[in-house]
Amino acid sequence: MTTPRPAETAATAAAAAPRPGDWPLWEVFVRSRRGLSHTHAGSLHAPDAEMALRNARDLYTRRSEGVSLWVVPSAQITASSPDEKDAFFEPAGDKPYRHPTFYEIPDGVHHL
Amino acid sequence: MTTIAPEDTAREAVFDATVAADERIEPRDWMPDAYRSTLVRQIAQHAHSEIIGMQPEANWITRAPSLRRKAILMAKVQDEAGHGLYLYSAAETLGTSRDELLDKLHSGRQKYSSIFNYPTLTWADVGAIGWLVDGAAITNQVPLCRCSYGPYARAMVRVCKEESFHQRQGYELLLALSRGTEAQHAMAQDAVNRWWWPSLMMFGPPDDESSHSAQSMAWKIKRHSNDELRQRFVDICVPQAEALGLSLPDPDLTWNDERGHWDFGPIDWTEFREVLKGNGPCNAQRINRRRQAHEEGAWVREAAAAHAAKHGKATR
Repeated sequence: MTTPRPAETAATAAAAAPRPGDWPLWEVFVRSRRGLSHTHAGSLHAPDAEMALRNARDLYTRRSEGVSLWVVPSAQITASSPDEKDAFFEPAGDKPYRHPTFYEIPDGVHHL
Repeated sequence: MTTIAPEDTAREAVFDATVAADERIEPRDWMPDAYRSTLVRQIAQHAHSEIIGMQPEANWITRAPSLRRKAILMAKVQDEAGHGLYLYSAAETLGTSRDELLDKLHSGRQKYSSIFNYPTLTWADVGAIGWLVDGAAITNQVPLCRCSYGPYARAMVRVCKEESFHQRQGYELLLALSRGTEAQHAMAQDAVNRWWWPSLMMFGPPDDESSHSAQSMAWKIKRHSNDELRQRFVDICVPQAEALGLSLPDPDLTWNDERGHWDFGPIDWTEFREVLKGNGPCNAQRINRRRQAHEEGAWVREAAAAHAAKHGKATR
């Protein structure tokens, strides 16, 4: 699983009250068109949510790449740890029967 | 010498295997300190280049010959700012801060591309920068889209998509001048003459003198050598120059049938090193302008922070 950002750096950037030049970090999610989900586009610094949205518009949708934007304080993202990735995701590893290709179906049987 | 802890050896093996499998390293993965510092250096230099690169062209915004050209140039300079921001964000995932990066740029402890220490003397320079400087940058950057560090690679995908407009607008601008009056044609040729060699130097020193190349290739930060990319760029440019009706200022430029490439003359690396050392025509001007812009923008940052603090209190 990829996390958009190291939670460690994000936390230090966002925990303190905004000072000039030390604005919190925001993650930007863009919906490129109706019917699609918002996708992580990148990040930016802004003093508050409203400015984060405006900056996100200028930075990530200069060529009409989006119809909707989300901005989320990076510090608010809880991420799984890369160190425990094997143990954390291991339960799904031995369950191939969750995939349709696990099952053998005789030739000539259709729509299954 | 410090001894390496056994868990670091295990982590290093995971890192090596990830890079070998052509998978991406992500921010919270363990990585060797030297890999991290190499990336910070390279991404910071790249980000600074984008921001400093706004200056030579911004000089011409108020003097663009038509509203169309002016709108295009403003969009391009705005893009350069955007590219800088994508890259600063990528650098920050490695544990450095925006303020630290800007401090290092302003104090000269981190560099930006030497190409931006040359002046833009005429309107044709805007075209030559788009065609040659952005063209060289694209040649360098396309392989970086597959760089082993995920956030850098993703930033480069966005940058490359946007750069192709930069290159085409420059080429179109030069074509208009080249097909214009005699004086306009001469202006285009003069700009190409001045920007050709510095553009070739953008690929960095020859392979046998490039200090960081081998390790960066092993880490898959770099995918091709400096000389390989430089040759690729020359091969691309020769027919493009011909279509423009302009010549490239190199009497040694000849097609080598055996190699299947264009041979080109020797590069004056003394000049490159002088500009790198800070003795280029515009080094001081660029950094002073950058510092001035940062200082003069302080009130905007303060006002935005004050507004955020006030607003935050009122709604809580």
